[in-house]
Amino acid sequence: MNQQELLPHLFRTEYRKIISVLWKRLGIEHIEIAEDIASHTFLLASETWGQKGIPKNPTAWLYTVSKNKMLDLLKHQRIFNENVSFELALGKTSAQEIEIDLSDKNINDSQLQMMFVICNPCISVQDQICLSLNILCGFGSEEIADAFLTNRESIYKRLARSKEKLRSAQIKIGLPPQVEIDKRLDTVLTTLYLLFSEGYYSTSKNEPVRKELCLEAMRLNSMLTENEQTNTPSANALLALMCFHSSRFEARADKHGDLILYEEQDEALWNKELIQIGEYYLNRASHGKQLSKFHLEAAIAYWHTNKTDTTEKWENILQLYNKLLQIEYSPVAALNRTYALAKANGNKVAIAEAEKLDLKDNHFYFTLLGELFKATDHEKAKSYFQKALLLAKTDSEKQIILKKIERC
Amino acid sequence: MKEFLLVFRRDFVTREVQPSPEQLQNMMKPWQDWMGSLGAQNKLVSSGNRLASEGRVVKPSKAIINGPYVEMKEAIGGYIIVKANSIDEAAELAKGCPVLQIGGNVEVRTVVGADDNT
Repeated sequence: MNQQELLPHLFRTEYRKIISVLWKRLGIEHIEIAEDIASHTFLLASETWGQKGIPKNPTAWLYTVSKNKMLDLLKHQRIFNENVSFELALGKTSAQEIEIDLSDKNINDSQLQMMFVICNPCISVQDQICLSLNILCGFGSEEIADAFLTNRESIYKRLARSKEKLRSAQIKIGLPPQVEIDKRLDTVLTTLYLLFSEGYYSTSKNEPVRKELCLEAMRLNSMLTENEQTNTPSANALLALMCFHSSRFEARADKHGDLILYEEQDEALWNKELIQIGEYYLNRASHGKQLSKFHLEAAIAYWHTNKTDTTEKWENILQLYNKLLQIEYSPVAALNRTYALAKANGNKVAIAEAEKLDLKDNHFYFTLLGELFKATDHEKAKSYFQKALLLAKTDSEKQIILKKIERC
Repeated sequence: MKEFLLVFRRDFVTREVQPSPEQLQNMMKPWQDWMGSLGAQNKLVSSGNRLASEGRVVKPSKAIINGPYVEMKEAIGGYIIVKANSIDEAAELAKGCPVLQIGGNVEVRTVVGADDNT
């Protein structure tokens, strides 16, 4: 790896580790100091490595520099005087005595704890995602803005606001007690799920950023499954779900970045290895009695890793959606359930069910009705597709619907 | 939207009308399809519980007798909670319940909310 590739790579993997360790050491109120030290370390790396060449062990270099920067900062009288709580938090009076533990174990523990801090219910789920991207994934406000299709200023404000909330709530940095882990882990998993979805379904055409979001979500999820306390069936189920979905990454967009629908994808481009890894985690998720929505979604995604239509496949998918909808309603699940119903029990039953759905402002709803009438009533199908076209928001959605109208 | 309790009752006593294990197995799909349909309409509040046929009845004298049924053949087999605009709409939803196919019935009752004085 040359320097141009190495630094961004290290930034992705090491930035969050340095921040987590420092932040944990400094306490919740000093997030900005941890961020400053980590950023300065990388700035110094880009300057120094450019002149003197890449050090033998770049990661160790980063750790040493950030550690020294932290010690320097602690020596700085101003902080000691101005911030009593800072001093108290450290419980020491002399900077020389301070230990900064950058061992693998402490790095890993700190990152896990950071995930729980960031996914604290005192900040909104959207803010949790932003902050996760920023601190755990090393995304700048520009990149986050790109993923969320918004501007840099609003992301910047959002980040500042969430940090302030964490600070004023005086969240303790650490894993919740074992009895609370399951409940708190739900929030963490939901954030990771949304982080992944943001990358997978975002309408942003910036493919590299979207892919990176998905990979980051998987990386963080793996940290949970590698830790004994957080290696729950749900965490494994979510990781399985992400593996199955991302196996289609190469097949789902054409060379212009336009979406290719599942039915039209080239199966040869599906990543078989990721599918296998997904099966491994789905197996691990099946221990115990827990049946979370991640289990159900992972199982649905598993059936979709094989394109062959069989009654067994669609009956299974239908039953999984039936269960999913009993746990949690979502318009997407309602529509997909109706589609599975058509495949398993026939269009007639599915049309009757579709008509009961109250989704008249949803273009996917009318696309589905168009599909269900396509074989029997061309005119009706066409009129439903036209309704969908009026409601569709993005160009690529409109293109897909236009193609359907042409084929009627 | 109000919440309504749907209580499923059927005859658990008369031997001739008891469904075979195979029939019970075949009932799984209609039940799941019906509950999934309510879920897809965003009308399901709680998927409730299924109840086993065994039960005890405690009398005012504190005497305990066998059987879930008080004075009749029909006993409660399960319940769910749905949401609907009116009790009539809730009753419409109950029409899809598979218990009706084996001679059972569904009782629809309005759940009284905390700030409900009616």
